[in-house]
Amino acid sequence: MKTMLQDKELTLYLSGDIDHHSAREIRETADGLVNEMQPRVLKLNFADVGFMDSSGIGLIMGRYRTMQLYGGDLRVTDVPDSLRRIMELSGLNALDVIV
Amino acid sequence: MNILNQTTFEFESRSSNEAFARGAVALFASQLDPTVGELSDIRTAVSEAVTNCVVHAYPVSVGKIRINVRILPENTVMVRITDKGCGIEDIKKAMEPLYTGAPEQERAGLGFAVMQSFCDAVSVRSAVGKGTTVTLRKKLSPRCGNGNT
Repeated sequence: MKTMLQDKELTLYLSGDIDHHSAREIRETADGLVNEMQPRVLKLNFADVGFMDSSGIGLIMGRYRTMQLYGGDLRVTDVPDSLRRIMELSGLNALDVIV
Repeated sequence: MNILNQTTFEFESRSSNEAFARGAVALFASQLDPTVGELSDIRTAVSEAVTNCVVHAYPVSVGKIRINVRILPENTVMVRITDKGCGIEDIKKAMEPLYTGAPEQERAGLGFAVMQSFCDAVSVRSAVGKGTTVTLRKKLSPRCGNGNT
């Protein structure tokens, strides 16, 4: 997974399919990096994500909770049109994390 | 039921098979020449149903999941996902958005909500200790020059 740390903002560039199977590894990687780098903002970049089911929503919600615990923020960026519907269905818009 | 075409396949309830299952159903449904959006909806709904089997039907073991896909008249696809797992005690509660039987696994509790949003009809039959069948139905938009053979 490509990552970038700049000015205490950590960006994770997600790709491929995000489902129950792949979410676990993404979660472990993300939590490890957040723990190590202690960013103020965690950005999840979805530009290269071709598929996502509600496991991806769980992944986002989990990272949101983790960042809240740290007193930081989460941002979800570059969401492809194909994923907008499931994100809206989940009510993620209400959390104001989607950029 | 007038079944124009159908396929049935079975696989183990491993998370590594989730992509295969949704891909196989989408591939079979492709004969109706769905739009990109319709195919994505089918893929996502099937992924939710299969994930439910992996996470909830067989929580501590590996079991079998069977999928039957039917092409029906009027561009309709019917997908039946069956497991012989632990069954659902309270189907109404299980289908409530945000309810999850596995909160420790970061489950959003949206599987059924997604299925219902992305399909025209979702029905669930279950018996505790025996298993569950989830049936998804989606009518695809008619396509110009669709040569059904």
